[in-house]
Amino acid sequence: MKDFIFLFRADYKDLGQASPEQMQARTQKWMDWVGSIAAQNKLSSRGNRLNPAGKVVKKGNVVTDGPFTEIKESLLGYIVVKAETIDEAVKLSEGCPILASDDTSVEVREFDVI
Amino acid sequence: MRFAPTPFMEDQQLIPHLFRTECRKITAVLCKLFGIEHIEVAEDIASDTFLAATELWGIKGLPENPVAWLYTVAKNKAKNHLKRDAIFNEKIAAQLKHCSNSSEEIEIDLSSQNITDSQLQMMFAICHPAISSEAQIGLALRILCGFGIEEIADAFLTNKENINKRLFRAKEKLRAENITIEFPGADEINSRLESVLTTLYLLFNEGYYSLSHHAVLRKDLCAESMRLTHMLTENEQTNTTSVNALLALMSFQASRFDARFDLQGEMILYDDQDESLWNAELIAQGEHYMNLASTGDSLSKYHLEAGIAFWHTLKTDCIEKWESILQLYNHLLSLEYSPAAALNRTYAFSKARGKKEAIVEAEKLELNDHYLYQALLGELYSGVNNEKAIRHFKKALILSKSGAERALLERKIGKLETRI
Repeated sequence: MKDFIFLFRADYKDLGQASPEQMQARTQKWMDWVGSIAAQNKLSSRGNRLNPAGKVVKKGNVVTDGPFTEIKESLLGYIVVKAETIDEAVKLSEGCPILASDDTSVEVREFDVI
Repeated sequence: MRFAPTPFMEDQQLIPHLFRTECRKITAVLCKLFGIEHIEVAEDIASDTFLAATELWGIKGLPENPVAWLYTVAKNKAKNHLKRDAIFNEKIAAQLKHCSNSSEEIEIDLSSQNITDSQLQMMFAICHPAISSEAQIGLALRILCGFGIEEIADAFLTNKENINKRLFRAKEKLRAENITIEFPGADEINSRLESVLTTLYLLFNEGYYSLSHHAVLRKDLCAESMRLTHMLTENEQTNTTSVNALLALMSFQASRFDARFDLQGEMILYDDQDESLWNAELIAQGEHYMNLASTGDSLSKYHLEAGIAFWHTLKTDCIEKWESILQLYNHLLSLEYSPAAALNRTYAFSKARGKKEAIVEAEKLELNDHYLYQALLGELYSGVNNEKAIRHFKKALILSKSGAERALLERKIGKLETRI
């Protein structure tokens, strides 16, 4: 088994303001999907959700507030799964709630050993 | 409010009862005083004390205050030992005299405060991560709970020789690792407490899920692990939300103890249990500790399992119950995988979302060699595809090891065959 990271991307604008009930429904769908992977013993790390605010550091100590929320493909979070092949990892992404909207994606990447 | 098996005791039960409760206290105090490398000396002095008690009390009857009598005799025996054993005297007594203020007499402190402190410190020493969990449980039963070798052997469904060997190796390990009997420092208390909780959790499960037909013993194991967990809640440094969550979990589970077995000692499944036998006092105790556990931000696996156990104390079959249990299992699995949690999640899934969706989830698990997996698939396919259901129940039949399980499976297969 190898580790693969799932990077979740979406446009923050499309997420909009959610009511507490909507938030709860979203969390439930999300946990159903993660729980299903975990029940197969294929979840390596439950990962993290990323806060929209942040900084970008560039050459010459140039630090800017990242305009992350304005780009279409903002990084929302990640989890790490276990699979034999990348195709198997891709199959695990099926049913990911983020894929219910347009212009969203799950990027599947294998870890290279350093 | 405790999970104590016998509130009123006959005289002939008093000595074994005292043996268990006082022996572990004397052992802990002496062991703390002498150091873990002399654990056997501490044990020997404690059991010699009880040998003397059994002989003398048998002839003269009980003294007025049996506990005080035991402590006096234990103190004298410990002092005699220090005088008699030259090597021991040189090495240990010299150190002890150095530490104590009094020049001649070594103080053996059997005050309730020192007993509690010594027992808590022993708990940390025994549940040291360097010791295998099997050895930890054996030592905990012997040293912290005062169980006899035969009782431990019964609980593990093995013989006395095996337990003696296991305990011997465990004590060797304690010595080899040079583990000190002390409270862990503030920087490591949380990680050390985690391994104490793991051991207490396993000890409870040993009693709760043991296949031993010795019901009193099983109940004692549960009661003892609850007593030790309760001790942790009474100490400021160890009274964490995880400890309270574990005690809540144990209380909820223990509430069904009497409903889980019939008079022949056969297991009764949850759905078939007589809920009037569920212990309301223990359920209330569980809710009490659950509330205390919910005060912080941390969410341990014990919180999640206590939540699951709480929902099981409500016998209703509503969607809300099973949806909540499903979400708790989702969280639990994302923290830590276990086949049992994966199977239980799928069962909750079927109750919350229906069999057809649950079959899709179940087929992904691939726990083909698990008796419970085949039984679960049989259950899910019943009424959906009875031929498949029969096939899975038959696979479960081959994998099952208990007669009662096989009888249950055969009844299910028989019923389905009439429907095809």
